[in-house]
Amino acid sequence: MHTYAVYVDNKPGVLNRVASLFRRRGFNIESLTVGHTETDGISRMTIVVDTDERGARLVEANLYKLMPVRRVDNITRRPAISRDLAMIKVAAIGDGRTQVMQLADVYRARIVDVSPETLVIEATGTEEKIDSLVEMLRPYKIVEMVRTGRVVMARGSSMTPAKTDRQKRTGALEDAAAGSV
Amino acid sequence: MSAKTLTGAQILWESLVREGVTVVFGYPGGAILPSYDAMLDYPIRHVLVRHEQGATHMADGYARATGKVGVAIATSGPGATNMVTGIATAMMDSSPIVCITGQVGSALIGSDAFQETDITGITLPITKHNFLVTHADEIAHAIREAFAIAASGRPGPVLVDITKDAQLGTCTFDWEAAAPDLTALARPGHSSGVDPVPLINAAQRPVILAGRGVMLSGAEREVLELAEKARIPVAMTLLGIGGVPATHPLNLGMMGMHGEAWVNHAIQESDLLIALGMRFDDRVTGNLKTYAPNAKKIHVDIDPAEFNKNVTVDAAISGNVKDVVRTWLAQLTDPKREAWLDHIHELKGDSAVRDIQNLPDDGHLYAAHVINDIWHITEGKAIVVTDVGQHQMWEAQYYRHDQPRTLVTSGGLGTMGFALPAAIGAKMGRPDAEVWVVVGDGGFQMTLCELATLVQEELDVKIAVINNGYLGMVRQWQEFFYQRRYAATPISAPDFQKLGDAYGVWSATVTTRGELAGIVEKARKQRGALIDFRVEQEDSVYPMVPAGADLHKMIRRPSPIAETAAD
Repeated sequence: MHTYAVYVDNKPGVLNRVASLFRRRGFNIESLTVGHTETDGISRMTIVVDTDERGARLVEANLYKLMPVRRVDNITRRPAISRDLAMIKVAAIGDGRTQVMQLADVYRARIVDVSPETLVIEATGTEEKIDSLVEMLRPYKIVEMVRTGRVVMARGSSMTPAKTDRQKRTGALEDAAAGSV
Repeated sequence: MSAKTLTGAQILWESLVREGVTVVFGYPGGAILPSYDAMLDYPIRHVLVRHEQGATHMADGYARATGKVGVAIATSGPGATNMVTGIATAMMDSSPIVCITGQVGSALIGSDAFQETDITGITLPITKHNFLVTHADEIAHAIREAFAIAASGRPGPVLVDITKDAQLGTCTFDWEAAAPDLTALARPGHSSGVDPVPLINAAQRPVILAGRGVMLSGAEREVLELAEKARIPVAMTLLGIGGVPATHPLNLGMMGMHGEAWVNHAIQESDLLIALGMRFDDRVTGNLKTYAPNAKKIHVDIDPAEFNKNVTVDAAISGNVKDVVRTWLAQLTDPKREAWLDHIHELKGDSAVRDIQNLPDDGHLYAAHVINDIWHITEGKAIVVTDVGQHQMWEAQYYRHDQPRTLVTSGGLGTMGFALPAAIGAKMGRPDAEVWVVVGDGGFQMTLCELATLVQEELDVKIAVINNGYLGMVRQWQEFFYQRRYAATPISAPDFQKLGDAYGVWSATVTTRGELAGIVEKARKQRGALIDFRVEQEDSVYPMVPAGADLHKMIRRPSPIAETAAD
């Protein structure tokens, strides 16, 4: 699994361009989230891709061929905070209701809506934690569920803001001429 | 310059003229009509095509022959979709073209209006980038950015779709303010692996693999200097032909599926491959598992997405070939590679006895002879534009190009119907050059409507139809791999001489080698000419590496040729 933070121009059709690239090159997207960043006009995608090392480099290089893509960071190996947000509507009547509320408490999730037959639980955490909560709730009958997919941010000050030096150099060689316009 | 108020259509032409455009290839229609109306007031030569596919191939041919950005223009809907094949062709071969399409009014978008189609959606995977422009004040910026993107880095096609209301609307035209943000367009390099220079200096049996990137970066001199200084033989991809003079002693010729045997053997036996501006296409490598098994590999390309895509390399250097090779030249040590060069020379001996040019004349007219004779007669100085198939491979083998950008051919996509329109574009870009089309009877019938364009524009293009009555390359595959079951490959054709006459093109038919030279010489004196060469019907291109086979396991031409002619 490889996780990328991808900064893109916030323009119509950008998501389509990125999705089309993955489809065309045969890469499998595990999850993709997109939202605004601290910089106006720049959105950030968190993309999780099921691929090996070689594929991971090709994903990065191909993303850079899309003009609206400003910056690609493979943050797979960097210390990072990873979160998934879920809202889970659970059938909860009688004894089950108390048990569900206790489970939510254990997972530090919140009850955000109550009806006579259901509860809606809002949970935030790593994908593993959410997966585990979902498994625990399943016996009570999950009526409806929505998850955001993974959003990731590197820890500490190492993570660069959206607008930075775009020239990324790796390996032993200096670029003789980075693809300049 | 002070800002002035113009319509979107006027801004389009203002911008194109400022980008240096003097000729566009196009076809009018409803949604592009405002722009066509404004065109009359600008110093632009418009070439009216007979099908929009032709417009894109012409823009492509223009770009390949000149190195400048070619421009095609069409209306919305079918006009735009007819461009798709030409755009994909330009994309695969890294050819810089800008396609301008009209679009229905912005208020109608999404309503399935007459001649509406989502052309930016359709061309998304086959353009380097595309734009949908819905306001007049976005046009100048879109055009400037389109030209910058098309020509920069690894070149490619860019499409600008402009709604009718954007063409009709007015706004202030400010050229400076519309400048593209070049830093935002720049793409990062991504070099990795070991230092290439020690690999070069240590190699005993190196081969340079020269691709189209050599010419795209203008590195012809640097690559030749590398070859000569380090005594390294050069093999070329199909699109690399012309990057190094064909008659240079270190130039081995074309590699790959229809490369000469010594070229592929040299690659398989090498201990170092220096790949310059090429992408290890499957037609070049054959079976990847057995490809140059003992060779270290250096890969130079402007596009880092090509590194380790097909072939794993020891050094990947992103950058343009010219700049990268230049940094190597001073670091090369004294090479001792005569044994390697002698060995390759010996390999050539076996091919010489099989070469159709060396076999006794058996009275048949062979395509390889036709092309080789045209090479002699034109002194190797013509720009040759080919279609796709057997004749294309014979051209690559037997027309020896010493100058860059003199072979224009659809490599990556293999687009039949490319030749005639691309030649019209090449002639528009290089009016001084003698331009020859070499085309099969199949591909010619795909776009021969452009003969009318040739005549209307009074262009001097010579057309050699290599007519064997078959879709020859497919027939060859059927012969080799499908037990000669000729499914849908015999193809009829009109009498091309009469057809040419009907279009108003000087035309002739050649059935024997004896009359060839006289008729070719006659054709050279005409403004535009068509020669129907009735060649041997069931000849095959040799050598041939079957698709996916090991590069050194070739089907060779039997010798003498009489064996094949008889069976």
